Amino acid sequence: MYTQGLDSLGADCLHTSASERAALEQRFQSKVDAEERIEPKDWMPDAYRQTLIRQISQHAHSEIVGMLPEGNWITRAPSLRRKAVLMAKVQDEGGHGMYLYSAAETLGISRDELLEQLLTGAAKYSSIFNYPTPTWADVGAIGWLVDGAAIMNQIPICKCSYGPYARAMVRICKEESFHQRQGFEIMMTLSRGTPEQRRMAQEALDRWWWPSLMMFGPNDATSKHTAQSMRWKIKRFTNDELRQKFVDITVPQAEFLGLRVPDPDLQWDEASQHYRFGTIDWSEFQQILQGNGPCNRERVEARQRAHEGGRWVREAAMAYAEKRRQRETQAA
Amino acid sequence: MTGATMTQQQKQWPLYEVFIRARSGLEHKHVGSIHAADERMAIEHARDVYTRRQEGVSIWVVRSADIVASDPADADALFEPAKDKVYRHPTFYEIPDEVKNL
Amino acid sequence: MSASPVESSAASSDVLRRYALTVGDTSLILAQRLGEWIGHAPALEEDLALANIALDLLGQARYLLSHAAELQGGERTEDDVAFLRDPQDFLNLSLVEQPNGDFGQTIVRQFLVDAWQLELFERLQQSSEPRLADLAAKAIKETRYHFRFSSGWVVRLGDGTEESHRRVQTALDALWRFTHEMFVASPAEQEAAALGIAPDPASLAAGWSSRVDEVLKEATLKRPADVAYSWHGKRGQHSEHLSRLLAEMQSMQRTYPGAQW
Repeated sequence: MYTQGLDSLGADCLHTSASERAALEQRFQSKVDAEERIEPKDWMPDAYRQTLIRQISQHAHSEIVGMLPEGNWITRAPSLRRKAVLMAKVQDEGGHGMYLYSAAETLGISRDELLEQLLTGAAKYSSIFNYPTPTWADVGAIGWLVDGAAIMNQIPICKCSYGPYARAMVRICKEESFHQRQGFEIMMTLSRGTPEQRRMAQEALDRWWWPSLMMFGPNDATSKHTAQSMRWKIKRFTNDELRQKFVDITVPQAEFLGLRVPDPDLQWDEASQHYRFGTIDWSEFQQILQGNGPCNRERVEARQRAHEGGRWVREAAMAYAEKRRQRETQAA
Repeated sequence: MTGATMTQQQKQWPLYEVFIRARSGLEHKHVGSIHAADERMAIEHARDVYTRRQEGVSIWVVRSADIVASDPADADALFEPAKDKVYRHPTFYEIPDEVKNL
Repeated sequence: MSASPVESSAASSDVLRRYALTVGDTSLILAQRLGEWIGHAPALEEDLALANIALDLLGQARYLLSHAAELQGGERTEDDVAFLRDPQDFLNLSLVEQPNGDFGQTIVRQFLVDAWQLELFERLQQSSEPRLADLAAKAIKETRYHFRFSSGWVVRLGDGTEESHRRVQTALDALWRFTHEMFVASPAEQEAAALGIAPDPASLAAGWSSRVDEVLKEATLKRPADVAYSWHGKRGQHSEHLSRLLAEMQSMQRTYPGAQW
């Protein structure tokens, strides 16, 4: 959106003196403190812009890569109703990726550049999508747990200081409320079903529980971006706060399903009114971040194949548009 | 023009801004952007991306490059002068309560 | 089509069931094929577009398969009809079960079917069978958009680059032989036409042909010659692709008989 205006803005910044910069920064921060929104062409510190580009594009990539594990079940959904719901859900994820790329593009970077970063492995996406979906119950568990954790992460971003990101997130959160409910519904059906179905549901919970907790990011003590992002009001709660909230609301849901949360240390703490849970194995998280998760390779390759395989189509459309433009010019 | 001679910039589908009228009686409102190679495709993409839940009855798309926007640096000059013209607003005038229909 | 009311005899209900499957299976199998694209399309916008078309088709299929299930009686549901039927009982056009190939092949397949559905639903709105008329009234709007989308792409690819022209012409040449079937009446279609609940397939040919020709001309594509051999998917005689497609689609219901999902 309005990206072309940014080039000149960038050049202007080079000519500002240190004292002018300080004044701009101060004005910027007081706007943020006053809960005003920053809009695309407003002055912003370069680090703020870079942080947003990194975060929004990671978020967009996660939506796009996130289409794959569930997309794996579209052709095998066990009923026509489930097939329709799953198609609509995976489609929504594509849509959400697009809303987010669109927000990122307002910061002066093109979607092609962002996609390039994803395809070359330079950009990160949520590690959770590097886990496989071997059974239908994984579709349920993703909706219930992964979308549940995502919503928990995303609701505060609806009030993010950067206008286009906040607006995209409002739209996304509104649309995602059905995602989590459909996932829980699948888990409910399975947990009330045949012994095979109950086993499927339990094993899916076993697979997705810990990765879902990791979705909130490293512990506050080791998180390198949290303090600055909170000052900029890109982030409003810390990783650990959100993770705790997620555990507190999800454990009773698992109990309702009659499923066992795979954490021997999990217990209700009357004093704090919170669940205490076991230590997360961050080495697994690090391994996946480094590209050694079960499906890192498959996910990126699938995106590369789609991109490469579609190149001739995208080029043909541009060539046709150009031909038509030339014909119109000649006719005029 | 062949693919090989196109620059990176030309290969990328241009960006369009999307405006949707939610229902008749309302104005078109900016909702986001999409990429498309031509106008027809832009309308189709806007429809597929932004009206999946009956959000609209009419779509406008416009090439992002064709939008002329004011510069935030000019905001003071453009918008501050309207600030002190309070007499443009009905609440500026004091009318006794017993006078009706004003 | 005559407007005489349909006799509610067992015979006509069986005709209606088989006719509903002919139209419904075509939508279902095409939706299944399009579903394979989601997450893998040439541009994100096309992922969304193909998913939208697939969802429309799936909606049509569910309406018609539910109706077919009702007509068959018992406790049957749309899912029994979709997931527990053997390939030879599917009555879809052979064209829709053909593999996706590249985006060009998918678009050509879509375009040829869209043009056929346009003619069909246009006429089916006047069916004396209210369920078919209702379905057609809803589906015709969806199909107009599908045709707008697919014909737009046929033109872009046909008149785009040398490569895209070559690819899309190859796809057209490969798929053309499946179009003859559209206009040759299967027993179900013949009986449905006789009962006045559906048009005679042969009567759709002229409209289909002129629609297709107009787009192919703009796309600078050559209409392939007609071939004498006709596929008979609508009679349950399918290509090798359908049983594989169904093996995948039906796997859960076949593996866990009787389970609810």
